[in-house]
Amino acid sequence: MLVIQCPFCGPRPELEFAHGGEAHIARPSDPASVTIEEWGAFLYLRKNTRGVHAERWRHVRGCGRFFNALRDTTTDQFIATYKAGEAPPASATGGAV
Amino acid sequence: MQKFSAWSLLKKSFGGHKGWQSQWRRATPKPEYDAIIVGGGGHGLGAAYYLAAEHGLTNIAVLEKGWIGGGNTGRNTTIIRSNYLFDESARLYDHSLKMWNDLAQVLNYNVMFSPRGVMMLAHTVHDVQVIKRHVHANRCNGVDNAWLTPAQAKEFCPPLNIDDNIRYPVMGAALQRSGGTARHDAVAWGYARAADALGVDIIENCEVTGIRRDANGAVEALETSRGLIKSRKVGVSAAGNTSVVLGLAGVRLPLESFPLQALVSEPIKPVFPCVVMSNSIHAYVSQSDKGELVIGAGTDAYTSYTQRGALHINAHTLEAICELFPMFRRMRMLRNWGGIVDVTPDRSPIIAKTPVQGLYVNCGWGTGGFKATPGSAHVFAWTIAKDEPHPINAPFTIERFRDGTLIDEAAAAAVAH
Ligand SMILES: Cc1cc2nc3c(=O)[nH]c(=O)nc-3n(C[C@H](O)[C@H](O)[C@H](O)COP(=O)(O)OP(=O)(O)OC[C@H]3O[C@@H](n4cnc5c(N)ncnc54)[C@H](O)[C@@H]3O)c2cc1C
Ligand SMILES: [Zn+2]
Repeated sequence: MLVIQCPFCGPRPELEFAHGGEAHIARPSDPASVTIEEWGAFLYLRKNTRGVHAERWRHVRGCGRFFNALRDTTTDQFIATYKAGEAPPASATGGAV
Repeated sequence: MQKFSAWSLLKKSFGGHKGWQSQWRRATPKPEYDAIIVGGGGHGLGAAYYLAAEHGLTNIAVLEKGWIGGGNTGRNTTIIRSNYLFDESARLYDHSLKMWNDLAQVLNYNVMFSPRGVMMLAHTVHDVQVIKRHVHANRCNGVDNAWLTPAQAKEFCPPLNIDDNIRYPVMGAALQRSGGTARHDAVAWGYARAADALGVDIIENCEVTGIRRDANGAVEALETSRGLIKSRKVGVSAAGNTSVVLGLAGVRLPLESFPLQALVSEPIKPVFPCVVMSNSIHAYVSQSDKGELVIGAGTDAYTSYTQRGALHINAHTLEAICELFPMFRRMRMLRNWGGIVDVTPDRSPIIAKTPVQGLYVNCGWGTGGFKATPGSAHVFAWTIAKDEPHPINAPFTIERFRDGTLIDEAAAAAVAH
């Protein structure tokens, strides 16, 4: 079981969290004006990174809040967690997100 | 190829079983092939076999980064069934189910296909409605599936606990009598041996690390850990690593890779006659011919490439198994493992051409592609050979996610295997 650092509550067991998929996917602000390719990509295409992956988590059985994390999907090790709306900490990733 | 038969087995047993040849050659890569398959799982080896056997392409290779069958093919719980909801899925999975029946004869290899029946339990009113809807849809499509009352379910599978005082009482079940299990390794080995006999090079320890394209963008060669290999047709069957491999050609896919775990018990005498699955409480169980209970869990919560998952997922599954089959409560588990499954948003596969000329993909089988190995390999080979899909896999495109023509088995059942 993973230990996950909630930016609001501190380290908690994985069981308290829900995985929320790839982070930093912005919904087009004017859906009517994007092409069908762009809309399909927004809905369905994912990086599915093998390596350092930026992803959303939600502390469902704790504070209930969403936050983002950088995790290495080849080891499952968390590199950093950070609040929603913040940019991923570049120092932690070497810029390779 | 040395033919296997009761007679050849007997004859070799008198000679102390000396003189058996290895089942496929240890091939070294040639500089160029007419077609290359990336990924030596059942789907990739099968595609190579059908390319050679049915389309006359024999100057071809299968490149496998590890050992053949070391991916999900050798890690799965081997449930075979075809009772999916939608017409497109029914055609694809039933095509495969029919091929299992004579696969051992076709390959001259005992794949131990055992149509012992697959029973899917209903525990809630919602389950009952969803499962009955499947039974009716399957009957319209000529796919075998029947509704059982709890008493009929217990008659078919005596160890099942149908008491109404358990946490998730059994309210009925669907039974596909023609479903069952097969020996996973034998499927990989049987296809490898039969393909090799037709001249296919099976190249292990050969990881694809780059896809080279010509001035028009078409595929011309693969960079591998064993050097550059030219080919103008490349079919990728890399399961959990498909996003990584197609990323080498700049193709993005609607896939996410999750760990999926399974475990086996100590071996015991035959006690369990069929396959039982419960989607609501995430447990699947059958008994192998060696006597082990083969138990599958749900996927882990997060994407990963580690081929392992969290123990609490297995604990959750075992709680369900112990409640449904109280006689297993004191059994010990021998080992557990994980595989990385490539999941699409609608839980249906992609077997299609890609936007890159000469590059084809067979992926998105997620938690349930073992059952489809023969059928999928068969139509994937067709797609590669003719540069157009077989009618059975024509709906399973990448573009369905752009056009909104999903084949939404996910919403239909939240079914796993
Ligand atoms: C625990 C578990 C239980 C399952 N239970 C069932 C079940 O009961 N019923 C069912 O129908 N399905 C089940 N499945 C799903 C099923 O196992 C898969 O859908 C199916 O086996 C996929 O076959 P494949 O040949 O496409 O993939 P694999 O067997 O995974 O083969 C892909 C191969 O590609 C190779 N590869 C990857 N990248 C590269 C590269 N760059 N270069 C060269 N080679 C590469 C890999 O090493 C691998 O050997 C289960 C899966 C798991 C993990
Ligand atoms: Zn919190």
